[in-house]
Amino acid sequence: MLLEVRNLQTHFKIGRKKTVHAVDGVSLKIEENEILGLVGESGCGKSTLGKTLAGLQPRTGGHIIFRGKELPQRYSVADFRRNSREIQMIFQDPYASLNPRMTVKEIISEPMRLQAGGGSSDYGPLVGQWLERVGLKPEHMARYPHEFSGGQRQRIGIARALILQPKFVVCDEPISALDVSVQAQVISLLQELKETLGLTLLFIAHDLSMVRYISDRMAVMYLGSVIEEGPSDEVYFEPKHPYTQMLIASNPAPDPALERSRPHDPPKGEIPSPINLGEGCRFAARCPEAMPHCHTETPKPKHTDSKRMIACHLY
Amino acid sequence: MSTVLEAVDEKVAEAETQGRSLWQDARRRLFANRAASVAFWVLLFIVALAILGPMISSHNFDDIHYDAMYESPGFQSGYLFGTDPLGRDLFTRTMMGARISLLLGVLATLVSLLIGISWGATAGYLGGRVDNLMMRFVDIMYSLPFMFLVIILMVLFGRNIFLIFVALGAVEWLTMARIVRGQTMALKHREFVEAAVATGVPALTIIRRHVVPNLLGPVVVYVTLTIPQVILVESFLSFLGLGVQEPLTSWGVLIKEGADEMETASWLLIFPALFLGMTLFCFNFIGDGLRDALDPRDR
Repeated sequence: MLLEVRNLQTHFKIGRKKTVHAVDGVSLKIEENEILGLVGESGCGKSTLGKTLAGLQPRTGGHIIFRGKELPQRYSVADFRRNSREIQMIFQDPYASLNPRMTVKEIISEPMRLQAGGGSSDYGPLVGQWLERVGLKPEHMARYPHEFSGGQRQRIGIARALILQPKFVVCDEPISALDVSVQAQVISLLQELKETLGLTLLFIAHDLSMVRYISDRMAVMYLGSVIEEGPSDEVYFEPKHPYTQMLIASNPAPDPALERSRPHDPPKGEIPSPINLGEGCRFAARCPEAMPHCHTETPKPKHTDSKRMIACHLY
Repeated sequence: MSTVLEAVDEKVAEAETQGRSLWQDARRRLFANRAASVAFWVLLFIVALAILGPMISSHNFDDIHYDAMYESPGFQSGYLFGTDPLGRDLFTRTMMGARISLLLGVLATLVSLLIGISWGATAGYLGGRVDNLMMRFVDIMYSLPFMFLVIILMVLFGRNIFLIFVALGAVEWLTMARIVRGQTMALKHREFVEAAVATGVPALTIIRRHVVPNLLGPVVVYVTLTIPQVILVESFLSFLGLGVQEPLTSWGVLIKEGADEMETASWLLIFPALFLGMTLFCFNFIGDGLRDALDPRDR
């Protein structure tokens, strides 16, 4: 086991008595060398979970255990520097994640310079090697980010995240800002790098079929908690939780004929506000199969077999 | 023939590998803007005159010629811009005034730039209580009446240029700090800053390496608008008699003297006013051009 998350909570205080429960009691296990996909609607807290794991967001409660050691609750600069050798992050927006005033060489070598010292000129060959590894030309290291396309920029972001050879990488919707044709390239690059470097990835996305394609296991998040988890294909083809069923039903099939013949049942209702949540299943208000006690009792996560977890009163 | 093509290929490859920074792009766009580039060269000319004028002139700026009082401008007399009531050469005095006015403008702006950027970036980046305290201090400084401050300083320390310079710097950095703080708060949540935080870059380095270079755009624009503002305020202070003291001079002093004599010797007003006006125009055009050049999306 590489990373274990136990009852993780990340709350934000807004105003005097209001608290946003962005992540509220998430427990996850990530094995070495696997890709865990994390899906859910926007606003369900999946990005906050990713940021909490990378230390960018202090957690309110719970435990994060990485290789047997508990990670600090609030990171100091020294904590970040130590952990960045093992945990890194790939960001969503390749247009915002690279400093526009720095050259590619400076950007990619920055983590290295922090760890080992020296200037960006000391890391020319290393940066060149990494540029080649992510499918760019080493000659391009003197250029600035605005001279690259979105896909190329994301490759630069990947090189920056991997130059310290971390064990675990949080990919926060790394492809959602890219063209569909470029998405596939970046995905296969990630897969290839995962194989050659022995990485473990947390892959956050809302594109279900993409997550199924890339990840070994899949966790579905709703309003701050994981409601279903299991091997990707099982969750995708036999969703158990009503929310997962709804989510997968709303995912369009790539074949137009198939898509037209499919029964259409779009998710009803809005996600309730994550401010000051009460008792009861969070999905109860939108659930087609809600029972009376769903509104009053929070369902506990149940393991139906060794690999699957569902938090629903139906099971 | 083939060697020529190879050479071209080589040049192209070289151009492709050499990145073009946003600053280089901005400079190209700035000089493509005709008003801004004309203003730039005119300003350069005025600066060159201010530096070289008093050196090449055959008169000293404080030489009194009782035989040449109120001499009107002309080549024959040797007084290009005429002379003042004491027979001092107006050309040399205007150039001396240019030195003082431009120097004050640039120095006071630099001081305001230094304080404003460090104050604003620190407040904006740290946020929370620190930000609150730092910005309330700015608000208090804002509410102090500037003229009153200057007069008190004059009474306490006597009149000298250095004081004007301190007073101007002390006031001009406030707006700069606010601009920089606003920009910093917007930049702080950009992903490249988060990426730097996540790799363990210390706060000061983040401000220096990731925040400040990215907010220089609006700051540079504001600088080009602050310099003329400082020159104007100095002129105003001198006009009130609180500024530069005789025999040293500035554009403001010259304009005041000229205004007193404008019915009898109009050139005493016209020449300094012309130079001041031209300089302000140039700075404003350059500022405008820079704003467009640095943020091409706005056009």
